[in-house]
Amino acid sequence: MDTLATTGRKNALDTSLGKKPALLSAENLMLGYGGKTIVDQLSLEIPAGQITAIIGPNGCGKSTLLAGLARLMKPKAGRVLLNGRCIHQQQGRSVARQLALLPQQMLAPDGLTVAELVRFGRQPHQGMLQRWSDTDARHVEQAMELTRVSALAGQPLDEVSGGQRQRAWLAMVVAQDTPLLLLDEPTSALDLGHQLEVFEVIRQLVRQGKTIVMVVHDIIAACRYADHMIAMKNGQVLASGTPDAVVTERLMQQLYGVNCQIMRDPVSGSLLLAGVNRTGHVL
Amino acid sequence: MTLQTNRTVYRMALVLTALALLFFVSLLFGAGPVGWQDSLWLLTGHGEGLGEQVHFTLFELRLPRTLLAIIVGAGLGASGVVLQTVTRNTLAEPGLLGVSAGASFAIVMAIYWGASASALNLQAAMAGALAGCLLVLAASQVSGTRQDPVRLILAGAALSGLLLAISSVLLLLDQRTADEMRFWLIGALAGRPFEAVRFSGLVTLAGICVLLFRLPALSALSLGHAVAVGLGHRPWQVQLTALLVVALLVGAATAAAGPIAFIGLVAPFAARAWVGPDIRNSFWPSLLLGSCILLAADIISRLVVIPYELPVGVVTAFIGAPVLLAVVRRQRMPTL
Repeated sequence: MDTLATTGRKNALDTSLGKKPALLSAENLMLGYGGKTIVDQLSLEIPAGQITAIIGPNGCGKSTLLAGLARLMKPKAGRVLLNGRCIHQQQGRSVARQLALLPQQMLAPDGLTVAELVRFGRQPHQGMLQRWSDTDARHVEQAMELTRVSALAGQPLDEVSGGQRQRAWLAMVVAQDTPLLLLDEPTSALDLGHQLEVFEVIRQLVRQGKTIVMVVHDIIAACRYADHMIAMKNGQVLASGTPDAVVTERLMQQLYGVNCQIMRDPVSGSLLLAGVNRTGHVL
Repeated sequence: MTLQTNRTVYRMALVLTALALLFFVSLLFGAGPVGWQDSLWLLTGHGEGLGEQVHFTLFELRLPRTLLAIIVGAGLGASGVVLQTVTRNTLAEPGLLGVSAGASFAIVMAIYWGASASALNLQAAMAGALAGCLLVLAASQVSGTRQDPVRLILAGAALSGLLLAISSVLLLLDQRTADEMRFWLIGALAGRPFEAVRFSGLVTLAGICVLLFRLPALSALSLGHAVAVGLGHRPWQVQLTALLVVALLVGAATAAAGPIAFIGLVAPFAARAWVGPDIRNSFWPSLLLGSCILLAADIISRLVVIPYELPVGVVTAFIGAPVLLAVVRRQRMPTL
């Protein structure tokens, strides 16, 4: 009883100070398949209105963490909080109005057009009876404009280029109109130009006040576009903070087993890795 | 969107007109001695002097089997399009996957153990169809079958072959119902009691209503599990409901008309070619085309070997097998 009263008072205190619960956070999260634990005792908080990049070596559990945050996996222990409430105790549809997910592997039936795909993003906003509203149409239109796929609306998804397809999927998630977007390697398998296009879209979303969490393989791209970084290894967070604080020569050594020098891009001002070579090897 | 709505309405009107036409043709023609002239007289309200036989043929023989064709065709068309969406496999069809074989095997067993052949063994059929469905689901989870649609069909063919072989042995041992069962095992709409029509009609209607509520979730499922969850659906729950309803529909269809193959393949195939792959668009066309195709097949089955009749399953096989071959022969299997 005592503790309950204390927590109650503490919550009241928080509210009185105007402290809102974090948009998305994890508390002692433990995730895994079968008997295998992949993410262990992990706690984090996603800063609102920023791009958060999750980085780390292959198999470190970054995609698993994203799946856990997006309620694709049920935690073995701990919990994920969306707006201060456990994500698994909220209704699927109401979560889908707050949080959108772009998975890494995307499947679409043959012949599905770009516009048809983007319209799927409105499903969480549609009831059983009211089907397609002007608001839905407007959001689909805006999402397609933002991702520059409007001209492809009637084309089948399997006939557009890889970069265009990726932007069409992004448009679907944008049309969902959620304050929070989780993207699993949104630029994997894209060439440099198409990568930049996707990152520019993501930046624009943040300018509109959205919060982005993305798993990124390319550390330089992460340095350039992320406001906040979470570096993972073996299912644990090794470091988190701004790219300047997180990306150090020591951390690169810990994460990837490489020696490198960290420099600053003279044009964009973001961090760069130079002279990367494997530990023990001399150039 | 209004353009799209108009097109949907237009398409529905077209299929419904075709169905209505087939309905009248089905009442007019038969293998028996009652010709279409007499039938037409009766239907247009000049039936006073026609005698009891025409009345009986039209309303007691042709009307029930016509309704049954519509019901069973709709149930199989709906089952086909749902199974194909759930397994993401264009070849998934109750007849080919062994769901129908499971249902008919259960009925044969029930009759072998003393149930009446003329009664509607709905519970047995549904249990058998459910077992078939669960086997399908298990098989579709085995690595390899997800990427290769033909493997799932091979598993289904193996299951169907095995169950049919056991059924045949049981029929050899038990002469009591062998003749009737043999006809029914190929699939036949004729001579079913009106009770069977009404009951399978109600079950099919209920199943279709449940599926209607699941259409958005099923269509999201075709974008993969993760996307479906992201859009707020619960994939496992949706899949399970869908498979239970498919078991219900196939059970009702099989109990009433035997294991009719290929309708669940051909109807959704035609529907998708017409309205695209999204199940929200292709559900109604699949269902109505299923009715049309089965009804047309039933009419053909009465007319090719007058004064005898073919089992309707033979006719659907003749329509369906070429379509199956056409799908498989394509360079790349279409995915769902």
